[in-house]
Amino acid sequence: MPEQRSFRVFRGDAGGGQMKEYTVETGPGMVVLDAVHQIQATQAPDLAVRWNCKAAKCGSCSAEVNGKPKLMCKTRLDDLPADRPVEVRPMRTFPLIKDLVTDVSWNYEVNKKIPPFTPKPNGEWRWMQEDVDRVQEFRKCIECFLCQNVCHVLREHQKQPEFFGPRFFVRLAALEMHPMDAADRLDLTHRQSGVGYCNITKCCTEVCPEDIHITDNAIIPLKERVVDRFYDPVRRLLRKLFRR
Amino acid sequence: MDKYETHESDVLVIGAGGAGLRAAIESSAQGARTALVCKSLLGKAHTVMAEGGIAAALANVDAEDDWRVHFHDTMAGGKMLNNWRMAELHAKEAPDRVYELERWGAVFDRTGDGKILQRAFGGHRYKRLSHVGDRTGLEMIRTLQDKGVHQGIDIYMECTITRLLKDGDRITGAFGYWRESGRYVVFKSKAVVLATGGIGKSYKITSNSWEYTGDGHAMAYEAGAELIDMEFVQFHPTGMVWPPGVRGLLVTEAVRGEGGILRNSKGERFMFKYLPEANKKDFAESDEEARRWVDEVLAGKKPTVRRPPELSTRDNVARSIYTEVKEGRGSPHGGVFLDISYQPAERVKKKLPSMYHQFLELADVDITKEPMEVGPTCHYSMGGVRVDADSGASTVPGLFACGEVSGGMHGGNRLGGNSLSDLVVFGRRAGLGAADYAKSAPSPRPDGREIEEAASIVSAPFDRPDGESPYDIQRDLQTAMSEFVGIFRTEADLEEGLRRIETLKARAKTVGVAEGTRLYNPGWHLALDLKNLLIVSEAIARAALLRKESRGAHSRLDHPKTDSHFGKVNLAVRNVGERMEVRETPLLEMPAELKKVYDEVETPKAVKVP
Ligand SMILES: Cc1cc2nc3c(=O)[nH]c(=O)nc-3n(C[C@H](O)[C@H](O)[C@H](O)COP(=O)(O)OP(=O)(O)OC[C@H]3O[C@@H](n4cnc5c(N)ncnc54)[C@H](O)[C@@H]3O)c2cc1C
Ligand code: SF4
Ligand code: SF4
Ligand code: FES
Repeated sequence: MPEQRSFRVFRGDAGGGQMKEYTVETGPGMVVLDAVHQIQATQAPDLAVRWNCKAAKCGSCSAEVNGKPKLMCKTRLDDLPADRPVEVRPMRTFPLIKDLVTDVSWNYEVNKKIPPFTPKPNGEWRWMQEDVDRVQEFRKCIECFLCQNVCHVLREHQKQPEFFGPRFFVRLAALEMHPMDAADRLDLTHRQSGVGYCNITKCCTEVCPEDIHITDNAIIPLKERVVDRFYDPVRRLLRKLFRR
Repeated sequence: MDKYETHESDVLVIGAGGAGLRAAIESSAQGARTALVCKSLLGKAHTVMAEGGIAAALANVDAEDDWRVHFHDTMAGGKMLNNWRMAELHAKEAPDRVYELERWGAVFDRTGDGKILQRAFGGHRYKRLSHVGDRTGLEMIRTLQDKGVHQGIDIYMECTITRLLKDGDRITGAFGYWRESGRYVVFKSKAVVLATGGIGKSYKITSNSWEYTGDGHAMAYEAGAELIDMEFVQFHPTGMVWPPGVRGLLVTEAVRGEGGILRNSKGERFMFKYLPEANKKDFAESDEEARRWVDEVLAGKKPTVRRPPELSTRDNVARSIYTEVKEGRGSPHGGVFLDISYQPAERVKKKLPSMYHQFLELADVDITKEPMEVGPTCHYSMGGVRVDADSGASTVPGLFACGEVSGGMHGGNRLGGNSLSDLVVFGRRAGLGAADYAKSAPSPRPDGREIEEAASIVSAPFDRPDGESPYDIQRDLQTAMSEFVGIFRTEADLEEGLRRIETLKARAKTVGVAEGTRLYNPGWHLALDLKNLLIVSEAIARAALLRKESRGAHSRLDHPKTDSHFGKVNLAVRNVGERMEVRETPLLEMPAELKKVYDEVETPKAVKVP
């Protein structure tokens, strides 16, 4: 006999909605996304959900499972308490489109504000693995936007226009620390990205499915660079004098 | 009919994977007004999932490598059915495209002296795949995406194109709908570049996502373009087999490239016995020789012995695994064992991080301690729109194609890593070709009646609230294709497959939307994709029936040998008055000079392990 589990899935759109109950037949190793697909194929053909890879590589299937921001394709049913229904809701920080699908287009707008990689005109394209380990850590980002979803500056305080959010601090840091990049984004980081709003709660780091140390490795170094440039003229002068 | 919005461009690119992004970047760099549409959000296309690497003869690791050897390997891997000109351009231009990605911000893994690192892969004579751990596709798509968004390309996300619009013989735009709202949209465009990827959702077990319903293949076919090599579907030898929910999910070939060993349930390293006579001498003949190759490679030395047998081409490894399982030497869940756990755990985690996590989190298997269970999974379509090698032009004026949706580059079997390079080499060329064509093409003039017809097809499932479930039809098609048009084929099976497809075509006409509105309704979306799945499935089955031989990824149990007659032809599929026609078309003749290049690449000498 296959086992069964009950699910409560948010159904609705911008006009409103409610949690709906479904019963799902479970199997070994099943993840939340499998259950959602089963519901779609057998009970609710119009249940809206985003997914692509089913392997935590594309960052499409973000949702809140039992109140925690998760990739559904990576969340195993056997890791969730068996004595109550599994609750699946859309990410709360972004405007709802339908069911589990939200409007994340704001993120794409933020990305456009960041000047792209700009190569040094005549550098040598050779560098050691150690020099890019950290940049590669940032480039692991799959743009699931779970960090954006959980950051209180966006979630509670809705600072969307003035605050880029952790995902884009990661992107800024990746560009800043690229050995061959020549553009200067510190002014943007200081005046437009709102990095100052971040009070290092580390909630973003905790939810990142790619284990990027967003706060320690990206945000704090960015903050330091901003302080160096804009608030500490002596340090800046010394650094200039003794550079290489 | 309902109102629709209209957008106008010189070049419309359908698909935002590596091929589509590269095409759009090039087209807009040429000054053409360029629009880019995709079904998913930007950055989520299949390309993001590519793991192992991008093939280019940079010769950073093996100094002997150059374009000639890459060309030779690609043609040999494709069993000489490839469009030689594509294979030539690809081998020559791939290095420039890789360096270009680096100039645009990609950060590849490095060699000890700071150059782009390259790893071994099946069918490639030398270590040739530039990579970033096992997330090369992510690096590539993000690099192209960030380059593209700053170039003034108009990007339309979550928009599905259902039909190409024509003005007489030539293309004049495309019709589609917004997934979010279900509203219609018309793109008027002088030229259209198809970059829609593959067809994997025709099969039950696949590494491909919901997007791979063969839309581009089917729309090109309906617009009158020719598809070639459709019988060649690549089954990747190593997909996950357990747990059920991840069955088919890809296990990158990089595992074997890094020294992964395949064994059956008796512990035998079975690949030794399946090496084809023709290139047996390229491979190690004993466990010791293979192990020494791995030791030398791990130590960063140039290998003095031959490659392990696991690095045979994909078609061969997939068939071997299938046979082992069928003959009762499979693993508990119907696969075989793939083992990398004999290597230092830290190295495995560094070189194959996403495989490590994928198995640990989804299958409770620690690949640094125990073997994985793997089996074949439908992975890639060698077949696609016939194009001109230099410009990507199809046989329909104004229609271009690049990436997986195009055919010819890979012939009968694609080598791993040759797709990512294909995307950027021919994405760029198609972008150039389309922009160039658009310069002298007339203004787009879609025909109102054609638009109305397209709209009524799209809305039809709503008129049948009691119609069949699209999910059921898709499942039955997948079962039929896997059973009757799979890795091993026979005439009787293929005919049965075609009979089932006919029945499913009839059922698809009765498909309905049982619930929901036009607002983000996946059931409706799937109902519309079915037509495309059925067209490509039929094309695969019909071409497979006609090719009465075994070659590359196409294996006929009733015709187990290669037949020299079929070595001289590609099979082409066309829509002739609502009937699917398959015919033989002669291969393009390779010029004598290039033949010489091919022949001169000598095979390595056997090296005995003392
Ligand atoms: C798991 C996996 C790993 C792989 N690893 C490697 C590797 O290591 N090396 C390698 O060389 N190759 C690899 N491949 C193969 C390679 O990744 C693909 O062949 C390649 O990415 C296809 O790229 P593309 O640009 O042609 O299409 P895709 O990247 O798939 O993009 C297709 C685009 O078309 C859009 N589209 C489709 N239909 C429509 C429509 N009707 N309307 C609008 N838009 C549409 C989609 O939304 C998407 O944006 C791998 C494949 C998989 C699945
Ligand atoms: S550390 Fe900063 S960016 Fe991250 S969640 Fe907290 S406030 Fe937001
Ligand atoms: S930084 Fe991590 S959590 Fe944020 S979008 Fe990227 S992968 Fe997701
Ligand atoms: S489906 Fe790609 S991350 Fe979950």
